[in-house]
Amino acid sequence: MAVTRDDVLHVAALARLALDEARVPALVQELNGILSHMDVLRKVDTEGVMGTAGVGDAAAPLRPDAVAQIPLRRPRADLAPAWRDGFFLVPRLATHDAAGGEEDDA
Amino acid sequence: MSGAGSDRYEMVVGLEVHVQLKTRSKAFCPCSAAYGAPPNENTCPVCLALPGSLPVLNAEAVRLAVRAAHALCCTVNERSIFARKNYFYPDLPKGYQISQYDQPLAVHGHLEIGRNADGTPITVGITRLHMEEDAGKSVHDRYAGATAIDLNRAGVPLIEIVSEPDMRSSREASAYLKVLKQLLEYIDVSDVNMEEGSLRVDANVSARLRGETRLGTKTEVKNMNSFSAVERALEAEFARQVAVLERGGTVEQQTMLWDGARGEVRPARSKEGSHDYRYFPEPDLPPLELSLDYIERVKRELPELPRARQERFAREYAIPPGDVEVLTASPALADYFESVARQAGDAKAAANWVMGEVLAALNASKQSIAHFSVRPADLAKLIGMVRDGAVSHSAAKRIFGDMVATGDPPDKIAERAGLLQVRDDDELARWVDEVLAENPAEAARFRSGEKKLLGVLVGQVMKKSKGRADPRRVNQLLSERVGG
Amino acid sequence: MTGTASRTAVEAVRAAFHRMTEVRAGRDGLNCVLWSDEELALQGAATVDNSGVTGPLAGVPYVAKDNIATLGLPTTCASRILEGYVSPYEATVVTRLREAGAVLVAKTNCDEFAMGSSNENSAYGPARNPHDPTRVPGGSSGGSAAAVAAGITRIALGSETGGSVRQPAAYCGVVGVKPTYGRVSRYGLVAFASSLDQVGAFGATVDDAAAVMEVIAGCDPRDSTTSDREVPRYRESARESLEGLVIGRPREYFPDSLEPRLARLCDRALEAMRARGATVREISLPHTDLAIPVYYIIAPAEASSNLARFDGVRYGLRVEGDGLRGMYEATRSRGFGPEVTRRILLGTYVLSAGYYDAYYRKAQEVRTLIARDFHETFEDGVHVIFTPTAPTPAFPLGAKTDPYEMYLNDIFTATANLAGVPAMSVPIGRIDGLPVGGQLIARHFDERTMFRAAYALERELGAEAHR
Repeated sequence: MAVTRDDVLHVAALARLALDEARVPALVQELNGILSHMDVLRKVDTEGVMGTAGVGDAAAPLRPDAVAQIPLRRPRADLAPAWRDGFFLVPRLATHDAAGGEEDDA
Repeated sequence: MSGAGSDRYEMVVGLEVHVQLKTRSKAFCPCSAAYGAPPNENTCPVCLALPGSLPVLNAEAVRLAVRAAHALCCTVNERSIFARKNYFYPDLPKGYQISQYDQPLAVHGHLEIGRNADGTPITVGITRLHMEEDAGKSVHDRYAGATAIDLNRAGVPLIEIVSEPDMRSSREASAYLKVLKQLLEYIDVSDVNMEEGSLRVDANVSARLRGETRLGTKTEVKNMNSFSAVERALEAEFARQVAVLERGGTVEQQTMLWDGARGEVRPARSKEGSHDYRYFPEPDLPPLELSLDYIERVKRELPELPRARQERFAREYAIPPGDVEVLTASPALADYFESVARQAGDAKAAANWVMGEVLAALNASKQSIAHFSVRPADLAKLIGMVRDGAVSHSAAKRIFGDMVATGDPPDKIAERAGLLQVRDDDELARWVDEVLAENPAEAARFRSGEKKLLGVLVGQVMKKSKGRADPRRVNQLLSERVGG
Repeated sequence: MTGTASRTAVEAVRAAFHRMTEVRAGRDGLNCVLWSDEELALQGAATVDNSGVTGPLAGVPYVAKDNIATLGLPTTCASRILEGYVSPYEATVVTRLREAGAVLVAKTNCDEFAMGSSNENSAYGPARNPHDPTRVPGGSSGGSAAAVAAGITRIALGSETGGSVRQPAAYCGVVGVKPTYGRVSRYGLVAFASSLDQVGAFGATVDDAAAVMEVIAGCDPRDSTTSDREVPRYRESARESLEGLVIGRPREYFPDSLEPRLARLCDRALEAMRARGATVREISLPHTDLAIPVYYIIAPAEASSNLARFDGVRYGLRVEGDGLRGMYEATRSRGFGPEVTRRILLGTYVLSAGYYDAYYRKAQEVRTLIARDFHETFEDGVHVIFTPTAPTPAFPLGAKTDPYEMYLNDIFTATANLAGVPAMSVPIGRIDGLPVGGQLIARHFDERTMFRAAYALERELGAEAHR
């Protein structure tokens, strides 16, 4: 199951990471190196073994439906890289010059 | 749609409906879930996805989701798992949506959306119902070159209801949505307002030759913001697919966006492979475990559902099917009717008033039945006054108009406006005698047997009484005069 | 705790800052401290002095790893992407320590987003080992371990995902505790791998670490994964003998290839516990060698998702690019260092369509087997497991260049995170003047028994532990 250059670029795109072209061959090699050590898992018999889902010993606790304000000790505007009239601002999406869908091109 | 070719094809539709649950606070943090606050006011470390914050599940969101699952006849799982759906979008603060994936809250339900001509039910299967959180809002048209992000809605609890591909026309899809909306309204889990976005619909559509049992390649249609938009979008997408198939082409699996202004669907500009959501179990939330006791209790707490109520109205009040449908359209209207009917002791009159004057008044005043100025007890009293002859039917309509405007009780209005019918025989007899005296010619003809003049004379008495005379009694008195 | 009761909080805080200068804790020296503010700390200390708060941590200065949210000092996770970020809310553990009278004096260096085993992955340069500044302090909580080892504070907060408290504790010759998963609130701990992360405690002694644990442990309504089990008084076990205690020695942690001097120090430690009444039993944890592959699938997978929130929209770094997508990519590429980038890529890969089953699902299944090893061992009557904490003492800065070779540092520690059991490292001696640690592992929520063994081991070894 060798990782290809295309895999790395695909995964980088999914993760919104722009990779330096010069770094790509090394990353391909590193990921292959790391994943080659994972191959031992394929030989482990896990027939009938449930995957771990939640390490704790309890079920999800439920919170009463009460409104409360968790205090913010600094205003949101101070945190935001770009802020106007109470909104966070981001560069406008190309697809949203017209009506747009959920996550195109984001 | 182009004639002969498309008749050979049938539409296959499955719907994914997102419904905002009516909770006070958000799904995973205590921020207010209310609509309409200033931008980003209802946000905290959790729904802003500040580093280090963690989700804690809202009990009420769970209860409402389970309630909806029961109403849709689903099997509620005692154990369900939250999962992360990973994608980047500026109104999705964590870069993932907390949802449920391979172990949802509920599965295998169904919803009856109508009856065939032979009376057999038309049923749509419900594949699954799961809980998730809403994203924030992206405002694209406010600032030049920038999109503005408001996270007040981020984290508001949703359920997603996924149907089987059981619908065969846009009409059936529309019927499904109407019945579903009505059901959710009845069980009071959501405001189900499509314009405000508390109910949102995506459709999976495919076309196949009639008689074919396999499903064709489907496309997902999004961005429909009303029931009529859903119908039109489905027709447009179906026509597009049929045209492709007719040309001998193949339908491409993709997301289509409905453009209401142009009345057409067009492909979303998404990149190949960008819909790899990389679901995995949400490690910040242990599995949701519900006891059988809890699940059963929520089921027992379900109110009467629309179909049961319709059957009961038909049975108990002897109302024809068409009227039942009108009266049970919303639970609030049905409650209103029932309250009036019981207090007035006259279901037929109550039905006539509610379907006539009440709906007209609501329409004209844009009031909702829940906040309607005329209380059921007052309408019932008005019906009683008509029955007892205290006011005439036409006076009652005027009184009702005043009740809508002022919210005052009918007897007060009737008295104030002098609309109470006069049934005092002395007074009536005086008016009758005056009228006979003032119209000697007509009186003579009436006495000589020209019965049709009775109406004219009654009209004169009514006029003299400014409408307050009880016409039935006036009739009697006039007839007595003739006989006497 | 010793030696603090007589001083005021203000005096103790002054002494901590004095010591920071003395050992050159900043960039030009050990580089274990990233952010500190003496004025702020003294204000906090004065509040404690005036409050009448008593208890073992009243007036005690401490440092916290830079991935724990604090109000007064930045919380950057040693990453460019959070440069200058000051959290508008604080972690539950920080609140609890403040309420117990402890005073935060500094935020400490670490591997970026806690990803690393040497502290070399910090955007602010590596921290150095006080015992030998040419060597790493271990990681990822290297700055906290170094601060305690250098005598700046007696206690510190770190975080654990695969050994990030225990390994640097071993390298720096201090005590480091990773509690049971769910014992301590993660609210305010910047997530790396949520199903493995726990806040951990460092102490100059076992008692120091136990005192911190007593304060920070317990249910938190803001962390759904915390347990509501009662928190025992760990410090009460300080004087108990080990009579009746069965200590397991897992053969997988003592391979023939183990450094012989380390093996001998471990034997000495086991002997010490035997001298206090414990019996030692040879055991097997057969899935141990699978821990690193499993860990390096699950941790990066969760990390790839946890780090998606760093997108330049609401806080932190933003680098403009071509449109929204360009902004995302420029921000994240500039903001994350090479190891974080590598792990996000790896994690995204193992979760992506077509690979999920082979990697992520499989890893979660094998994780169950690893947890089962521990469960069965404890069911068999073993109370505490003893192993070396790390295969070697601290290595020189820059010595490990291959990522996987670095990952192997976690070979003895990652198992406890995968199984969720509590574990701690205590000093058991030195090799060529460099400290090494012994690891004690107990069953879920049985930190008390783990501390009992640690107290006895520490007392029995005495000064030998640091020789």
